[in-house]
Amino acid sequence: MAVMSIFANPHRFMAMSKWFAWGFTALGVALIGYGVFQGLFVAPADYQQGDAARIMYIHVGSMWLSLFAYAFMAGASFVSIVWRHALADVAAKSAAPIGAAFTALGLITGSIWGKPMWGTWWEWGDARITSVLIMFFVYLAYIAIWQAMETPQKAARAAAILCLVGAINLPIIHYSVEWWNTLHQSATFFTGEEKATIGFKVPMYIVALGYLALFGGLTLINMRAEIMLTRAEMLAQRRQAAG
Amino acid sequence: MSGASSAFFRELKLAWSGGGGPALPVGFFAAASSLTPFAVGPDTETLQIAGPGVIWIALALASLLPMERLFQADLEDGTLDAYAGSGVALEGIAAAKTFAHWIATGIPLAVVAPILWIMLQGDPGAAPLVALASLIGSAAFFFFGSIGAALAAGVRRGGLLIALVTLPLYVPTMIFGAAALYAAAGGEDWSTPLMLTGAAALFGMASAPFAAAMALRTAID
Repeated sequence: MAVMSIFANPHRFMAMSKWFAWGFTALGVALIGYGVFQGLFVAPADYQQGDAARIMYIHVGSMWLSLFAYAFMAGASFVSIVWRHALADVAAKSAAPIGAAFTALGLITGSIWGKPMWGTWWEWGDARITSVLIMFFVYLAYIAIWQAMETPQKAARAAAILCLVGAINLPIIHYSVEWWNTLHQSATFFTGEEKATIGFKVPMYIVALGYLALFGGLTLINMRAEIMLTRAEMLAQRRQAAG
Repeated sequence: MSGASSAFFRELKLAWSGGGGPALPVGFFAAASSLTPFAVGPDTETLQIAGPGVIWIALALASLLPMERLFQADLEDGTLDAYAGSGVALEGIAAAKTFAHWIATGIPLAVVAPILWIMLQGDPGAAPLVALASLIGSAAFFFFGSIGAALAAGVRRGGLLIALVTLPLYVPTMIFGAAALYAAAGGEDWSTPLMLTGAAALFGMASAPFAAAMALRTAID
C-alpha cells in the first residue's frame, strides 16, 4: 500500500512521471528499432517458413502486450473499485487505446503472416485468433463506455466494472472457442513444432521489451495529458465562478 | 412479500400490461429469421445449413431489445432510488427484474423458435428440442445482457452501447447453443452442447446480478 499512496498524490505523480514518460518512450523506440533491425537483417531465416517468419518479431510481442495491457487495466480497475484510487482510473483509461492498438497490430500482422503460411487471411477455427478478436471488441466497448457517460466519476466506475467483467469473460471465451473446435471437428494448422533457437529469441525479447517500455511511456504520457485536462477544466470552472 | 419478489411481480405485470412489451422482440425475432431465405436463397439445403445459426443469432439480438428499458425506466422515474433506499439488496432487485423479463419475453421467444425452425426447413422432429434450447439460451442472453443494461442505464440512447458491451459476453452461449441446434439438425448427440448452454445460463444467473447491481449503484448516485 505504501507504493500506492506515493502515487495517490497527483502533484507528486506529475513531477515524477515527466522524466519517466519520455524516458520510457525513447527507450522503447530504441529497443524496437534495434530488435526489428536484428530480426529482419541479422537473425537467420526460419528453415521451414523462410523470410516470412520474420514478421513474428513484430507480431508475437504485440500479442503479449495486448494481453499485458488488458491485465494492467484489469488490475487498475480492481484498485479503482476497491480503494477508489483516483490515479488508477486515469491509468486504466490511458492504457486502453494503446492496448487496443497493440491488439489491432497483432491481429493485422497475424493475418498477414497467416496468408502465406496457412493459405488464408483469417481462420475462424483457430481458438486463439477468435478469442483475441473478442478481446479487441471488449477494448472497443471499454473505450466507448468512457465516451458515453455524463460524468467522469460515473464513467470511471462503469468502465472499471466492464473491464473486470471482460477479464472474467476472456478465459471463458478462450475455452469455449476451443471446445467449439472440438465440437465442430475443425482442422488444426501449425503442426510443426516450434523449436526456437537463441538467434530467434534474442531479437524477439528485445522487441517485446521495447513494446513494454513504449507501452509504459505512452500510457504515462496519456495519463499526464488526462490530469492536465482535468486541471484545465477545474481552472476554467474557477474562472467562470469568479466571474 | 419480500422486496425482490414484489419487484419480480411488479415487473411481470408491467411487462404484460400495455405497450406490447414481449410482442416487439418476438416480432423482431420472427422477421429477422424470415429474412434468411431472401439473403441465402430459398434452396432447402442451403436453408438447412444457414437456418440454425441464423435462428440463434436472431434470438441473441431479440434478447438484446428489452435490455435498453430493463433498468432505464426505473432509473428515470426514481423507482431504483426507492429500491436502493428500501434496504433490499440491489443484487436481488437486478436478478428479479431480469428473471421477470426473461419470463415475459424469453418464453414467447422460445415458443416462436420451433415455428421459425420448421419454416427454415429444419427437422420437425427436433422442434421441441429447439424450444428447449431457446428457453435455456435466452436465459443466458438475458442475464448476461443485464450487465450491459445496468452499465448503460444512465446513458441516453444506450442501446448501441449495450450491444457493444454485451455481444462479447454472448460468445460462449452463441457457440454452445448453435452447436446444440446443429447437432439436433444432423441427428448427432445434442445433449453435451445443450448442457454447456445450460451451464452458461446458470453462470449468468449466478454472477450477472452482482455486476449489474454494482453498475446500478453507480448510476443511482
